[in-house]
Amino acid sequence: MLDMFKRLVIPLSIVLSLLCCSAVVFSAAIDVHDFSKIEQGVEKEARYRQFIDELRCPKCQNQNLSGSNSPIAQDLRGELFRMVLEGQSDESIKTFMVDRYGNFVLYDPPMDKNTIILWGAPAIMLFLGLMIALMFKRSQRLQGAETLTEQEQDKLKSILRRY
Amino acid sequence: MQRFKLFLPLFIFIILGVVFYSMLSDDYNPQDLPSALLGKSVPSFELIDLQTNKVVTLNDLPKQAYLLNVWATWCISCRVEHPFLNKLKAQGVVIIGLDYKDEKAKALEWLKNLHDPYAMVLFDKKGKMGLDLGVYGAPETFLVDSTGLIHYKHVGVIDETLWATTLKPLYDKLNKQ
Repeated sequence: MLDMFKRLVIPLSIVLSLLCCSAVVFSAAIDVHDFSKIEQGVEKEARYRQFIDELRCPKCQNQNLSGSNSPIAQDLRGELFRMVLEGQSDESIKTFMVDRYGNFVLYDPPMDKNTIILWGAPAIMLFLGLMIALMFKRSQRLQGAETLTEQEQDKLKSILRRY
Repeated sequence: MQRFKLFLPLFIFIILGVVFYSMLSDDYNPQDLPSALLGKSVPSFELIDLQTNKVVTLNDLPKQAYLLNVWATWCISCRVEHPFLNKLKAQGVVIIGLDYKDEKAKALEWLKNLHDPYAMVLFDKKGKMGLDLGVYGAPETFLVDSTGLIHYKHVGVIDETLWATTLKPLYDKLNKQ
């Protein structure tokens, strides 16, 4: 029994753990831009990572550039790597992307006539909510303010007395 | 007023129904991206001509309205689109090809076997020109006027319907100017 265990389970667990390792490698490294040999590599890598997380892939539309494996996302990551190494400003990098793919690539789009509804909606919702709350409150108060007439009071008392 | 309130859900349902139904039509494509290059000029470039290997730049583009068609041999929809481009060429439409991230030998083979509808094919091996044009998937077709201004962009296969309804009127108009 123990022999069988050794023969079967141990190789299996080795194979499984190897598989797990390879899966981690596959998912983590789609393409590698090496910052280790570069001056200020840590800061530059952080900037690069921030950009690929913040920018949206034009092809696979609900993924960011870091999460997408489409060829265009790979190319754009390459361009970002180049621009970060050149030390370009955030502004010029964003302009580069927007000039080619429009505001769509920004997950944080600027306010303009197409996006005003996005920025305005919370205020409108808040306003509507307040209005509804006020109306509700008022109707409640009106109901609460209603007092019974003397006759009704007597009737109520007589009913209550019965119990 | 109380009665009206009872019908409120129905009204909301009808409004939403109309909105959702309109989105089912073929014209609405949620993946459509308006091109950032409409109304801008074709970006400058330095590429080689696929067939002659000569260096071509912005100055070598036609001085009349033309279609700029982005294609590649790995692109299956381009194969679908190709016969229609041949047809357009037969009608005298000027088409410039941009062979996007492709292999030269395969591209030449493609043009030999499927006919060549292009007045000239720019070979964009690394996809740099495609990137500058905001290309994110072949085929894409731009309508450019004689001064190099981009007037229209279509992502996907151009077919008879799109040509007749949208592209041809614009193309003819630009050529008359």
